[in-house]
Amino acid sequence: MSYIRKPNIDYKGRPENALGLSEASYEGAMSTLCAGCGHDSITAAMTRAFFESSIPPNAAVKISGIGCSSKTTAYFLGQSHGNNTVHGRMPSITTGAIAANRKLHYVGISGDGDSLSIGLGQFAHAIRRNVDMLYVIENNGVYGLTKGQFSASAAFGAKTKKGDVNPNPPIDPIKMGLALGASFIARSFSGDKNHLVPLIKAGLKHKGFALIDVLSPCVTFNDHEDSTMSYKYAYSHLHTAADLIMDRDEITADYPEGTVTPITMHDGSVIYLKKTDPDYDPTDRARAFDYVMRHQEKGEIVTGLLYLDESCKDMHATHNTVEAPLTTYPFENLCPGASTLDTLQKRYR
Amino acid sequence: MSATQSRLNDFVVKVANVNGTGSASANSLLMKAYFRMGIPVVGKNYFPSNIQGMPTWYEIRITRDGYAARSGEVDIMLAMNAETYAQDIKEVAPGGYLIYDSTWPRQQALSRTDITALGIPLAEMMNDAFANARVRILMKNMAYVGAVAALTNIDMDVIRTLIEEMFATKPKLVPANMQAIELGFNYARENFTCPLPLSVEAMDKTAGHIMIDGNTAAGLGCIYAGATVGAWYPITPSTSLMDAYTSFCAKLRTDKETGEKRYCIVQAEDELSSAGVVLGAGWTGARAFTTTSGPGIALMGELLGLGYYAEIPMVLFDIQRVGPSTGMPTRTQQGDLQICAYASHGDTKHICLYPADPRECFEMAVNAFDLAERFQTPAFVVSDLDIGMNDWMIPDLEWDDSYRPDRGKVLSDEDLEKITKFHRYLDVDGDGIPYRTLPGSHPKGVYFNRGAGHNKWGGRTELGDEYQDVMDRLLVKWATAATKVPKPVEVPSRQGAAWGILTLGSCDGACREALHHLNDKGIAVDYMRLKAFPFTAKVEEFLASHERIFVVEQNRDAQLSGMLINETPVEKAKITSILHYNGTPMDHRQIVSAIEAAVAKEAAA
Repeated sequence: MSYIRKPNIDYKGRPENALGLSEASYEGAMSTLCAGCGHDSITAAMTRAFFESSIPPNAAVKISGIGCSSKTTAYFLGQSHGNNTVHGRMPSITTGAIAANRKLHYVGISGDGDSLSIGLGQFAHAIRRNVDMLYVIENNGVYGLTKGQFSASAAFGAKTKKGDVNPNPPIDPIKMGLALGASFIARSFSGDKNHLVPLIKAGLKHKGFALIDVLSPCVTFNDHEDSTMSYKYAYSHLHTAADLIMDRDEITADYPEGTVTPITMHDGSVIYLKKTDPDYDPTDRARAFDYVMRHQEKGEIVTGLLYLDESCKDMHATHNTVEAPLTTYPFENLCPGASTLDTLQKRYR
Repeated sequence: MSATQSRLNDFVVKVANVNGTGSASANSLLMKAYFRMGIPVVGKNYFPSNIQGMPTWYEIRITRDGYAARSGEVDIMLAMNAETYAQDIKEVAPGGYLIYDSTWPRQQALSRTDITALGIPLAEMMNDAFANARVRILMKNMAYVGAVAALTNIDMDVIRTLIEEMFATKPKLVPANMQAIELGFNYARENFTCPLPLSVEAMDKTAGHIMIDGNTAAGLGCIYAGATVGAWYPITPSTSLMDAYTSFCAKLRTDKETGEKRYCIVQAEDELSSAGVVLGAGWTGARAFTTTSGPGIALMGELLGLGYYAEIPMVLFDIQRVGPSTGMPTRTQQGDLQICAYASHGDTKHICLYPADPRECFEMAVNAFDLAERFQTPAFVVSDLDIGMNDWMIPDLEWDDSYRPDRGKVLSDEDLEKITKFHRYLDVDGDGIPYRTLPGSHPKGVYFNRGAGHNKWGGRTELGDEYQDVMDRLLVKWATAATKVPKPVEVPSRQGAAWGILTLGSCDGACREALHHLNDKGIAVDYMRLKAFPFTAKVEEFLASHERIFVVEQNRDAQLSGMLINETPVEKAKITSILHYNGTPMDHRQIVSAIEAAVAKEAAA
């Protein structure tokens, strides 16, 4: 149950981040998801990424909708404000929170039902506004809490455990993100934490909407032989376009010349993109789209940092909102006062 | 032709026109002229849900007694729309006047013998005076203003001043507009006996007053309340509220040098999203609001439940229009009383404020933010199209510079330092209101907000008694709110009236006028106008202390009566509903006749 606290064991030599905090400071309540659920691996990656990013826990905010994925906001960042809202509305609630206080680090957790069915409109419009948030879709192709119906991301012709065949084509959040103008687009796999953690960290650095679609098998309803979202299928069909390296020290001499590209993020820090496919260019939206499509035709799921534009304006930059959070603005600077009211009323006489 | 009784400063002018012809500015000019002469006015705009080419009417009541509603009659009709001509003629009260454009023959102008038809060749005069086709159409409107000025004795100096103000930024347009006005004025002077028996004379009853619509006043109220986040989806008749907030923000909240904005407005993709933005911003600590109408409230239902149960401040302006469904978007109604009060699944109820005029829109906007934050819950300002979009004459808006927002029970970092442990949903002082913290605050203040079942400590629960404990505490909070919302307005007739009228919102003007007429007829009735839900103790006292209560409201299903029966001990048999729901603003006649009929029935019994 979620109210059971994990033991926080302090031992000598426990790794600490720049704030002097251990990874335990970024953990949450015990997961109530099924044993082996892909989402729990994402939760672990979240914990690790926030820890390694040295973000003060109380400067982070996690918001989710409804579904197995959305439950996970209780399982990490236990020392941060969290908000488990209603189905499909996480994007608008996060937009409002960011409108009010732009200085916190916002992570929105959603699933394929939450983002691609009931919340498709909100997902699309949060992208359009380029809301400055990390948006993670824990994508398993099924509705788990209601016992395994197909979601909008299920592949055409995919079979449920019971043998039902999906008659509809899928909605791919990556292609949607590319089409709608998302400024940071990545895909990863819950079974590959080393791949996912750097993407989360880069997404947190991105000034704008950072979309990470994480293929995350549902062990109870969608991990069978005919599934296209099972661990087995994922391991045999993933195609990595590029990996991210967050720290220069991690770059070893093993990489051939020209395959590691530095990218300067909005905050001035530099991340390194290690291309595994020379054809791939994550700064060209049209080519990225083409790349994803071509591989999809071959039955492959492209992962990695697929598109990045660090020069675009986020919602507040477009709006030209003051830098200080609106929540901190003193009332005296917001209310024009009685004498101004008298002046204003002259035009109504 | 019937003789017209001479009436000074007490008659109704109505203009029938085609929308999209620029008549709005001519009509407001006409109304403003009477207002500037110190005579109280009531203006009602009847406009179609259309951009161009459909019938539109503008009604101006000149009322020396300062009534705030329509009279229900038309004394001077300017029939400028051929399409509605027959209908417009019918509407003129016996002894009244019909003004028409005699450029074209109008057989029907003579179809009534009890009114006087005055033909003015408006189009012909404009065609002779102006070359441009669009200008001719616009100037025709100004010409009828001139004619009405002559016929009703408006001071031309007042009109000239208004025209100069209207075109202050484009002074080149003044001569052409004055030319058109004078053409109409002179034609009337030369061809008819001016003024008519229905005329005006300067008074001093508008000093200290302004003419403003409720949406503008509410938008200004949001500025004064310190609201910083506005989220909305365009919908008639609420759009002009966010427009007003936006333009006041541009003027008052934008740094002149950097252009930086001390506000954030999100035009959302739908009302689900605008409610979500308000929730997110309210949870994070900003004063946030949305503007909408009935269809928007219907969509926001689920999020309102989250606001109620997770206890998040939200302010919503519902500018009611005619429902159900699309209904009549440009007509007025009070059809959202119950959906605002009880929106969402499960047991939910929401604070509602009911303004009766634009001044109260301004005041209640501020009040709504205080209540929403004090009680950590959605608070509605339930206005309507009549209040929101018509210009009303109201006493000047006032502001007390000592006002400071009531942010409610928000723990600061200093507060959190001092406490051992923070529990989000614990009622520590018995008023049913727990303390909250804002994201980003001291680590001790961190909590997990959820719409799912929770216990008083803030933890998730599926245990019946823990769930019920929180639901019951929300009722304690509701009872506290009933002591803090604005009290009703009472007008006692005389000691011991057995009957009372109970109403809310834009019925006020019609009810008060009805009270005068009833009083003249020797019928004593007490009066109460509600300003808020939950109902206060005063409301229960009023219901208990009268044998019979006439509940006046603008919907078919007696929604207010239903709420009174649901929420108070009142016996259903004591209530007689007076219902007006055809989409027009209410006038006093229906109320007077219903109560007179009740008196007669009682006398016969």
